[in-house]
Amino acid sequence: MIKSADIVVIGGGVVGCSTAYNLAKLGAGKVVVLEKKYLASGSTGRCGAGMRVQWGTETNCLLSRESVKMLSHLPEMLDVNIDIEFHQSGYLLPAYTESMVEQFKKNLVLQNSLDIHAKWLTPEECLDVVPFMSLKGVLGATFCAEDGHCNPFKVTEAYATAARNLGVEIYTNTEVLNIESKNGKILSVHTASGDIATNTIVNAAGGYSKQVGRMVGVELPIFPERHEILVTEPVEPTLGPMVMSFYHNLYCQQSPHGSFIMGLGHPNEPETFNIKSSWQFLCDMAERVVEILPPLARLNVIRQWAGLYDMSPDRTPILGNTPAMERFFTAAGFSGHGFMISPITGQLMAEIVLGKPTTFPTQMFDAGRFERGELFKEPLVV
Amino acid sequence: MNQNDKDTIICRCEDVTLGDIRDRIARGEHNLEEIKRSCRCGMGPCQGRNCTPLIAKEIAAATGKPLEEIALPTFRPPTTAIKMSALLGVKKDD
Ligand SMILES: Cc1cc2nc3c(=O)[nH]c(=O)nc-3n(C[C@H](O)[C@H](O)[C@H](O)COP(=O)(O)OP(=O)(O)OC[C@H]3O[C@@H](n4cnc5c(N)ncnc54)[C@H](O)[C@@H]3O)c2cc1C
Repeated sequence: MIKSADIVVIGGGVVGCSTAYNLAKLGAGKVVVLEKKYLASGSTGRCGAGMRVQWGTETNCLLSRESVKMLSHLPEMLDVNIDIEFHQSGYLLPAYTESMVEQFKKNLVLQNSLDIHAKWLTPEECLDVVPFMSLKGVLGATFCAEDGHCNPFKVTEAYATAARNLGVEIYTNTEVLNIESKNGKILSVHTASGDIATNTIVNAAGGYSKQVGRMVGVELPIFPERHEILVTEPVEPTLGPMVMSFYHNLYCQQSPHGSFIMGLGHPNEPETFNIKSSWQFLCDMAERVVEILPPLARLNVIRQWAGLYDMSPDRTPILGNTPAMERFFTAAGFSGHGFMISPITGQLMAEIVLGKPTTFPTQMFDAGRFERGELFKEPLVV
Repeated sequence: MNQNDKDTIICRCEDVTLGDIRDRIARGEHNLEEIKRSCRCGMGPCQGRNCTPLIAKEIAAATGKPLEEIALPTFRPPTTAIKMSALLGVKKDD
């Protein structure tokens, strides 16, 4: 294994790979990625694969808008021959209460001001998009045709391949066990296959980012939370858009492959590294999804699994340095939507690490905001 | 490998061929979890009951590792395909 590096990225998920590529592209010198299992083995490979530009805060709208633009031509942008299965089939977000209607209409004003073409649909108009959905309780919905999905394994592979083409070294099956530091400066990272001397680390360890922070005495307010998900047998294409109901706390989408993928958020999920599947989820999921999309009752569920959301107190990521340790940068706390914003996240991280002017202002992602009480709470999450 | 072998279907649910599997192994994907994710083998209705042992043998042959050392992918519930409708009302009865 290499003995020293200018920058070590910890974590081979989509965020670590995107960051490593962008660092190399901006001429960061020797960049190394260390991944304890294989690429996309963490949340990235367990996620719902959805991408949407319909958000409730300006920051999330901008991050996702720019990322979707990049995903739309990612293979050309990265000069790799990998199909990332990019599909824009829209997201339908139905509203079931007056306060949801009010919030959604506020979101539309924000989104439209940012050149995001989401629009309001009456219940009848919802049927034009999803003819078999139940209108029970539906007061209307927002819809954005630019939303959709792409394949997280392929996006990660695309970034990893492009990064390697620029000289990045990626070590899989290589867990960072410890980080050596002295007087607030990083000296090296320690793995079972040897040490790498470095003064700069990017912590992109997802649900494990708090543990990595602790290796240098930095306490990040990020905690892991299990989220479950299931997939059905593949059938003929019938459902175009992702249907996401914040009222039922669920999302459901048919993949290009024909299978339906769906998940839901559980309000009482404790902080844990547990990623076991439960029968309770299976039953809750079936119950709630059939209420909204009745014909799905006839489908066979073939597999369920779970992954970790890396939760932050305001469900907005932490991107940047922590004052307690020089050149220890974190890109984590994505709270369930880190895949879709990974292209711009990698770019911003590279700019931050290299001290270049950033594409957007990034002070709202500063880890110190929680102590200062400046939270940027995102209302639109499952 | 002759053309016949190459086109042999290893994963019948997802139409993955022996040629495809051997290419992936040659590219360094030496682990069933990785191969499953890159080409969907074992993700179909039978959940790998047919293809997993065959692919494990291919990995063993290519890497010289004993078959017992090839880690099996995580076994995911439900055990067999189950209709959504069969799951309705279960929690209330419990
Ligand atoms: C069920 C579910 C559904 C989701 N749906 C969506 C969705 O539809 N759209 C969306 O945008 N997002 C979704 N997400 C969120 C998304 O998956 C994550 O935000 C995103 O994948 C984060 O990427 P990452 O690279 O930061 O983390 P990860 O992919 O978790 O990568 C971190 C990596 O770090 C490695 N690691 C940890 N510790 C160490 C160590 N000490 N040494 C070396 N390596 C280490 C891990 O093995 C892991 O591979 C979902 C998540 C879940 C769980």
